[in-house]
Amino acid sequence: MAVSQLIGARVQRREDPRLITGRGHFIEDHVLPGLAHMAVVRSPHPHARIVGIDKAAAQSLPGVLAVLTAQDFKAQISGGMPVTPAFAPEKKYVPERFPIAESEVCFQGEPVAVVVATSRALAADAADLVQVEYEPLPAVVDPEAAMVAGSFKAHSDGPDNIGWDMTFAGGDIDAAFAKAEIRVSERILQQRLAPTAIEPRGVMADYSPYDERLTLWLSSQNPHFIRLFVSGAMGLPESHVRVVSPDVGGGFGSKISPYPEDYLVPAASRILSRPVRWIETRTESVMTTIHGRGQVFTAEAAALRDGTLLGLRLTQVLDLGAYHGTFGAFQACACLMSGGVYRWEAISARTVGVLTNKVPTDPYRGAGRPEGTHLCERMVDRVAQELGMDPADLRRKNFAQEFPYVNNFGLTYDSGNYDGTLDRALELVDYPGWRQRQAKAREEGRLIGVGLSTWVEICGFGPSQPTAAATGGIGLVEAAEIRFLPSGSVAAYVGTHAHGQGHDTTFSQIVADTLGVPLAAIEVHHGDTAEGPAFGYGTYGSRSLAVGGMALHQAATVVREKARQLAAHLLEASPDDLDFAQGTFSVRGNPAAHKTVQEVALAAYGGSLPEGMEHGLEAVSYFDPPNFVWPFGAHICVVEVDRDTGAVAIQKYVAVDDCGNVINPMIVEGQLHGGIAQGISQALYEEVVYDQESGQLVTGTMVDYLIPTMNELPVPTLDRTVTPSPTNALGVKGIGEAGTIASSAAVINAICDALSPLGIHHVDMPATPERIWRMIQEAAR
Amino acid sequence: MIPAAFEYSRAHSVTEAVAQLREAGPEAKVIAGGQSLLPMMRMRLARPAHLVDVNAVRELDYVRVEDGHLRVGAMTRHVTLARSEVVQRHLPLLAEMASEVGDAQIRSRGTLGGVMAHADAAGDYPTLATMLDAMIVTDRRRIAAGDFFQHLFTTPLDLDELVCEVVFPVAAGPRRYLKFRRRLFDWAIVGAGVQRTEAGWRVGLTHVGPTPVRARGVEAALASGATPVEAAAHASDGLEPTSDVRATADFRLHLARVLTRRALEQAA
Repeated sequence: MAVSQLIGARVQRREDPRLITGRGHFIEDHVLPGLAHMAVVRSPHPHARIVGIDKAAAQSLPGVLAVLTAQDFKAQISGGMPVTPAFAPEKKYVPERFPIAESEVCFQGEPVAVVVATSRALAADAADLVQVEYEPLPAVVDPEAAMVAGSFKAHSDGPDNIGWDMTFAGGDIDAAFAKAEIRVSERILQQRLAPTAIEPRGVMADYSPYDERLTLWLSSQNPHFIRLFVSGAMGLPESHVRVVSPDVGGGFGSKISPYPEDYLVPAASRILSRPVRWIETRTESVMTTIHGRGQVFTAEAAALRDGTLLGLRLTQVLDLGAYHGTFGAFQACACLMSGGVYRWEAISARTVGVLTNKVPTDPYRGAGRPEGTHLCERMVDRVAQELGMDPADLRRKNFAQEFPYVNNFGLTYDSGNYDGTLDRALELVDYPGWRQRQAKAREEGRLIGVGLSTWVEICGFGPSQPTAAATGGIGLVEAAEIRFLPSGSVAAYVGTHAHGQGHDTTFSQIVADTLGVPLAAIEVHHGDTAEGPAFGYGTYGSRSLAVGGMALHQAATVVREKARQLAAHLLEASPDDLDFAQGTFSVRGNPAAHKTVQEVALAAYGGSLPEGMEHGLEAVSYFDPPNFVWPFGAHICVVEVDRDTGAVAIQKYVAVDDCGNVINPMIVEGQLHGGIAQGISQALYEEVVYDQESGQLVTGTMVDYLIPTMNELPVPTLDRTVTPSPTNALGVKGIGEAGTIASSAAVINAICDALSPLGIHHVDMPATPERIWRMIQEAAR
Repeated sequence: MIPAAFEYSRAHSVTEAVAQLREAGPEAKVIAGGQSLLPMMRMRLARPAHLVDVNAVRELDYVRVEDGHLRVGAMTRHVTLARSEVVQRHLPLLAEMASEVGDAQIRSRGTLGGVMAHADAAGDYPTLATMLDAMIVTDRRRIAAGDFFQHLFTTPLDLDELVCEVVFPVAAGPRRYLKFRRRLFDWAIVGAGVQRTEAGWRVGLTHVGPTPVRARGVEAALASGATPVEAAAHASDGLEPTSDVRATADFRLHLARVLTRRALEQAA
């Protein structure tokens, strides 16, 4: 009998026919009778005192239902917006954040009033008519300037701008540096990035005054956490709040944390006793949705002349923006991952979170890991360059080899084969060939560079014990429920929430193989807190498969084993004597005696269950992983730099990654394509720019905030090795962020390699033509 | 992202459009392809009280050659210019420019007349018009390109005046237009165009100042026998570009020289 197995197969994404024919349902597709529309009046100043708000003109516009300010919302919402410990548990200063400013605005775009009207256009018109009188205050824009004693303060009543200042000590750093034969140091910028999901944020709320229940539709990666936060702030029992997050048009981390509008829209609905909806505009998105990165690193590496890495000392200055992001301190994990795939005697990493008058930063695809990787891979290249060593050789010499490998900060890399991915990548790209072409090009005055990035990632958040401490109480396990209906179809409920990852497909493949049912019989449910287990933990941090997929696998296994008991009863055999294959239980040695899982499902709702067995065929399972998972790989980028204009052209991009066992190779490749694009985009294009003097956002539209398109991006050559994770039964690791984590360093290392004949050692991101042209000019002087 | 309220009327002829503009008063704007106006309205940077839609003015959608001139109706869309055999034969540089405006959606909506009337410093056609001494014909007069682009977004058009036609001299000799841009669909950070005519080289620059520029220094150098490298050194003569988030003034001056040299070297 042919064995069909869906795990590992290139199953086409089940959600795509619906999504690509316009049948998806995003927030703006949801309409309720009597729906009112909200617009937000936002501060045009990065920092100002609110002197007065005149609502009269806006209120007098026919169709305007309410103009509401902080005064109105204080009766509705209690407490400030949440800030978790994450990787910086000891914070020095956490300014209180109410969802709407009352007396002082601290970033451009901070809400000061909202208008609710009978149409969206009317709400926008009325918002223009709300007269807010401001007294501008000095703004602090640059995080390093903000650290200096006596700097302007981001909050006028704050002690200073220091949100946290702590050092992670991994080994005896002084001893490591004392042995140094060479040292290199560098200052490395991580510019602010705007996540720019194709679907902006949106919130619709319907508060029912009769039973005090709230339904909240919102574009979220994290519906259960939002229910927890909003119910608490609005004084509602958690069970009275339902959060529905339908199709989500991208998130990249920007839809994890709660936002002001997540509170303001339901509060407005409660005030008005009618449903209210707010949809973010693109300019609001760039201005008020969280930004990623926004960090300045100074680093020094010590090594021996033979290329042995000794020590890494670094400081991360993290631009928090005007308030701590709910998970903002997660980005400090750049420090914990700054050693990358290498053995170091010691690493000392200081992180300083600094408040500025800009929109808060929070996790953005990779969150801390791209920054740590970029830093590490740049420093390793700098050491290689200083020693005149081939960067591939230097990497090999220092790779961690024995697994599990405990890094300098006590984190345990589950499994790895760093030589394997690097060797394959070098072969695929034709490394010796490019080095020859590079040498020839240099003779002709052309600038070709080859950049390596060998990376490892901490993901699959995560074990309950450390993550409960990081979130302030909720351990990031995952929950799933499997339910056979009498006719044999299967409902699977998960607590993760796809926003482009293809969970409908990947999760169905796991269930199909575990239960032996066809894909078409499986329906995956997510994104509605009214369905499934009590809590879900959301989709971010490349966790959905390694944690949520495992919960689903466990629940399906429990269901299958109950079905085995019931099948044994029906077949009058011992459960131990049953084989299970392709959805059928058969008596070993007597295959004619068999029951399909569908027959068993019907029997579970029937009249002849064995003594002591409850009816139904369903199970809830929670999976608490014993460790994080640690995917890894090697990326190689080849560029040519136009000496005249500074323009960078990517000639070749190769990525060999290892995420353990693969459920659906097509989806893994898709995640890598997108992730690599995002990292290249950071390396070459994207940057949120604020005017350093005025604090005004300069890149507020998609004309100035450069997102590259398929025209500008290479098609990467992909391959993989398979080193299963020993910490989960599926042997899987995450892959959602991998491409982003690896790629910026590969591109920048390639550019630096291209420019090295000119004496240029480091180029910051984005490596724009003008930035490179100026460096070439400088170097020629 | 939601425009302020406005009145709307649709014109079917030039006469009707002008009458509607006159009636609607000084806060009225003409909408052709809408590829610049609508984004500005959505961001409420423009708040016209009335839009006169000229998309149904069929009499302005044509391309023809008369007396050594290429006459193009103002409502001719980019995609039409790019694909027109008449344009490809008689003024191929215009077809090449048109094929690289924005993306396919923009090219199927945007119009030649709209680009001229909008007078954005990053527009490509104004550079071609300026370097070739084209004429902009309105419902009431003819204005030389050199007089038409007065400043950023500023032309001598009356409030009720409609651009009807652009008259270019034909030129099918060696030519090249190069745009320096970050993304394929972006406007030029700097653009340089060169066209060999019977009277010698014509050279124009885009986005190096508030208006398109005819690089007469380069033309003169070429006329006196300079090589492309020597001539292109004059591309930045007298320019005073501004700095913005896309490029500083210095870089624009540099790009003007580099692109001019490359355009001359690549002209075919």
